[in-house]
Formats: sequence, C-alpha cells, structure tokens
Amino acid sequence: MDLSSINPLVLIASLMVASTPILLAAIGELVVEKSGVLNLGVEGMMIVGAICGFAVAVESGSPALGFIGAALGGAALSMLFGILTQYFLSNQVATGLALTLFGLGLSALIGQGYIGIKPPATGDVNFGPLADLPVLGTILFRHDLMVYISLGLIAGVWAFLKYSRAGLILRAVGESHDAAHALGYNVRTVRLMAIGFGGACAGLGGAYLSLIRVPQWTEGMTAGAGWIALAIVVFASWRPWRVLVGAYLFGGVTVLQLNLQAAGLDVPVQYLSMSPYIITILVLVIISSNRGRASLAAPAALGRVFHASS
Amino acid sequence: MIRLEKRPQPSQFWTAFTPVLAVMLTMVAGGILFAILGKDPFVAIKTIFWDPILGDFAFYYRSQLLVKGAPLILIAIGLSLGFRAGIWNIGAEGQYIIGAICGAAVGLAFYPMEARWLIFPLMILAGALGGFLWAMIPAILKTRFNTNEILVSLLLVYVAEQILASMALGPLRNPEGSGFPGSRNLRQYEAASNQELIANSGVHWGVIAAFIAVILAYVLLNRHMLGFQIRLTGQSPRAARFAGVRPNLLVVFCLGASGALAGLAGMFEVAGPAGQISIDFNVGYGFTAIIVAFLGRLHPVGILLAGLLMALTYIGGEAAQATLGLPAAAIQAFQGMLLFFLLAVDVLSNYRVRIGTTEAA
Repeated sequence: MDLSSINPLVLIASLMVASTPILLAAIGELVVEKSGVLNLGVEGMMIVGAICGFAVAVESGSPALGFIGAALGGAALSMLFGILTQYFLSNQVATGLALTLFGLGLSALIGQGYIGIKPPATGDVNFGPLADLPVLGTILFRHDLMVYISLGLIAGVWAFLKYSRAGLILRAVGESHDAAHALGYNVRTVRLMAIGFGGACAGLGGAYLSLIRVPQWTEGMTAGAGWIALAIVVFASWRPWRVLVGAYLFGGVTVLQLNLQAAGLDVPVQYLSMSPYIITILVLVIISSNRGRASLAAPAALGRVFHASS
Repeated sequence: MIRLEKRPQPSQFWTAFTPVLAVMLTMVAGGILFAILGKDPFVAIKTIFWDPILGDFAFYYRSQLLVKGAPLILIAIGLSLGFRAGIWNIGAEGQYIIGAICGAAVGLAFYPMEARWLIFPLMILAGALGGFLWAMIPAILKTRFNTNEILVSLLLVYVAEQILASMALGPLRNPEGSGFPGSRNLRQYEAASNQELIANSGVHWGVIAAFIAVILAYVLLNRHMLGFQIRLTGQSPRAARFAGVRPNLLVVFCLGASGALAGLAGMFEVAGPAGQISIDFNVGYGFTAIIVAFLGRLHPVGILLAGLLMALTYIGGEAAQATLGLPAAAIQAFQGMLLFFLLAVDVLSNYRVRIGTTEAA
C-alpha cells in the first residue's frame, strides 16, 4: 500500500465535493423538520432530482438549467408528500417511505434513455489569482458554483431561522402546531412551504451527484445518501452549522475510504465501501445516547399529525 | 367547503374497503402512466392483472404467484407486528440478505454431504438466526442508546449489500466456478435445496412457512397477551405504559421477529428460486414488503391477500415487459403509487368527510 499517493490538500478539496449532495439534502430536511414534519422521502426526492437535473441538462446543454429542473422536480415530488400528510392527514413515516419507493421507480422510468450518456460539464468558478494561493487555493477556490451555493444555503437557513420573523413562525409551528394555529398562523401553508423547500434542496443534492460528482446517470445512484442526510439532521441536533460539520465528516470518511481503495489497502473493497454507513450509525448512537439533550433539541411537534378541530 | 371530522374510532367498512379502492385508483393512474409511455392502458392492465391468472399461459404464472408471494408475505407479517406498535423496521432487505448468506453458508459448509434431515433444518435455523441477529443491532441500539431504529435498520441494508458482494466474491464463491462471482448452486445440491414439494405448483418450504407465519401472527395478535400489548402500544403508548407494557421488550420482540422472518425468507429464496448467493441476489422484496404490510392493513389475512396481489404485479409486470416492452421500472413506480393511494384514501377510515359551511371556530 502506498499512502504517500494520498495528497491531503486534494483530499480536503474532494471532501467538499463529496459532501455537497448530502449537505444540500440535509439542510432542506432540517427546515422541514423544524416545521414539525418528518419527511423520510429524502432519498426518493434526491434520486428524482438527480434524473430530472440530468435529463434537463442533457436536453438543454446547460447544467444551470439542469439544477433548476432538479429543484423543481424535487419540489414537485415533495408536494405529493405535502398534500398527503397535510390534507389527507396520512402517517408521515409511511408516506415518506412511499415517497422513497415511488421516487426510485419513477426515476428509473424517466432515466431509461439516459444511461451511458455524459452530461454537459459544469465549470469551476473562476476566482482569478485566489485559485493560485498555495494551500487555500486548492481547498477553497477551485470548486464549482454549487459548492458555494450549498455553503450559502447553510448560512441563509441559519440566519432565516435565527433572525427573521418568518423563521420564528416556522419554528413556532414546529414546536406546537396547536398554539401556532390559535395565534392565527396557517400551519398547513407554513408546512407546505417548508416541505417544498426541502424537496427542492434534495433535488439539487441529487442533481449534484448526477451532474458533477459522478457524473453520469445510473439507477439507484443515490445509494442511501438521502438516509444519511436524515441521520445528519439528527446528528446536528437540528442546528444548521452542525449540519455542515456532519456532512463534511461524512464526506471525509467517503473520500478517505475511496483513496484507501485506490492506494490498494489490503482490505476487501466492500469493507471499505460500507465504512461510511457504519460510521454514520456509530455517530447516531453517540449523539442519541445522551437522552436528555437529543430529545430537547428535536422540534416538539415533529411527526405529529395536525388536525385543526382537534 | 370540505371539512374532516375525526371519527371516534376507525370505520370498519372503510378499513376493509380502502385497499380495494386504492387498487382501483392505482389501476386508473397506472393506466394513465402506461398511456404516457405509449402503451395501450387497457392491454397493459389486462396483461398485468388478468393474464397471469386466467390467460393462456396461466399454468406457468400461477405457480410463480406463490414463489414470489411467499417471501413478501413472510417479511410483511414480521414488519406488520412492529408497524402496529410504532416500531419501524424498514431494513428487512438487509435482514433478508443476511439470512440468505447464513443459510447458504451452512448448506455450503456441508457440501457434498448427503444428510438432508440434518442439513436443511440447520439451514432454516441459520437463516432465521442470521436475520434475527441483524435486526438485533437496531433493536439493541434503540433500547440501550435510544437510537432511531428507522435510520439504523435502513443504513444496515447498505452494509448487508456490501457483505453480500464480498461473500459472493470471496468466502462463498464456487471453487469450481472458474473465478466467476457467485456461490455453488444450491438447487443442484440435493441435501440443501428448497425444492418444489408438489410438481408445478410453486409450493416450496417457504410457502408453507409463510402460511404458518400468517396463522401464528393471527393467533398472537388475537389470542395472546403479547399481541394485545402490541396493539395497545400502537393505539395509545401512554395507556400501554400504565398497563405495564415494557416498551423495550416490545422493541426487541418486534424487531427480532421481523428479522427472523425476513432471514427465513432470504434462506428459502437462496436455496430455492434464486439458487445461489450472487452479487445481485436481492431484488427489493424487503422494501416491497412494506407496501404489502400496509396494503394488508397490518392484518395477517389481509397481508396474505396483499402479498399475492403484489406478487401478481411482479409477474404481470414481467409479462408486460416481455410482450408489450413495458419498462421494468414502470412496475416499481406502479407499486409505489399503490402505497400513495392507499395512504391517501385511508383518511376515509379515520375521518368523516363533511361538505357544507364551516361552523364558526
């Protein structure tokens, strides 16, 4: 095995790329959960976003349009979940699972004609002389636009939840929908908007996989990324900046194990491939074992059905 | 203005009728989907739902119904116990894989011994135990560390898939297979094969196990204290705690039972219809079984019927693939749609729909 072939700078830079899909999906799901809705369909929305973005980008030749298409696709699918849980008052866990199962099937159906095609390339942002800085240049200034957008989203969501009135209403709905309803806020509308935002973010995350990270379309290509995003929201105790930490931690493990595979570590490839999932589970265990804190951090109305007359 | 009014208790009529309504709505929506794909919707629906049972080649398809239905029913029965109590094991796919690996490994370890009376029962035990132990991981993490069982059980599916690949390429690979991935074919190994019990009927040991599971689950839920506790916990966790139900015990039991049943299903599959451990051994029964459990209203008899219906969509889907060129993914989307419609119309069993002016709040 040749560890010297692993360049730490490139490792950190590729860590940011590897984390971005999960980061996008997780920050969207954080907003959804803050509004008191548990959407387990992240995986389904991601994969639908992946194929929508891919198809639009290939047909139009523009990755930017692809990302817009992916956000719309993810949001459209999330509206199915929104209507079912908010108007038909269905069980959120079951509906989220349905969304994932349906999304996997739907994406495979849309994606039939797109297997083996290369999407149009997304260029990196040109920072001019900044990109040539010795260490920081490689790590920070040679990425595509989506990496910076994902970081911007984290900051935006943090500021929105902490400082804006709308963010306060969203949190109120998530903590006690009955109280928010009594105050005259429209619980359903707030939640539908949050669900739509979550869907769009998950769609963007999926498209990042199919357009930039892989870049190709294969069936089931998200491979559990949506579920890991859900785990990261729990890990982050519903705080935006910790989502960043969680996603980059996971991205680091993914990139490291890929590098170890490439360096020819004397362990069967499959055992390295399963390491990100195992580490996610371990992190979940550590976070949730602290019973008091974990239950305090979760939005109080998370997963509960809201029926106005009750 | 349409209002929903909560029923004091779920309507019995709608509880029984909503699955039928959901299937009908899915057929309509599926027909539209097939029409968008450029297929004649009526021919497609007929090919999927009618021909496998009553068409020209039904003699072949009918046996497939049991072959495909058995694993779905076995897994769904286990899942339904947990779902009733609000314990969400959605990693049945992983437990199914591990059960298959354990069962096959025991069978292969004895190769080429000729002692079926010993080997086959041992394989069944190993399969159930493998699935049980794999499900114990989320169960123990849940009871000891309060870790979310949904996420852990699901993430373990991906771990199990990697183990499956490493087994097919490594320890369980057929030494006489000229280096191809995949184990020996268990169907060609008399002592370990899960063969058809009645020729051309599709009935193998897994089908028998599925029927036994249905009966046992029915008895458990209706005649046994533990079953009562499961139902009570599902309806009112608080009342259950006052009644002396130990939640941790339920978590361990529900996850363990569903894991063991999923493991059994995997073992019967690998020794029979699939025949060998290969990289793409699992085909998503563990996830489809979630739909089966809900479609069957988490009731053992309902699950039996729902499992057969779901098996029909698999078989009909394959037939439609062959004759109409309908893509395989269309059936997957169709099954997902079914669950959506089911959850949507479920509102009718829990709420009354009132049309009229709203009263002043």
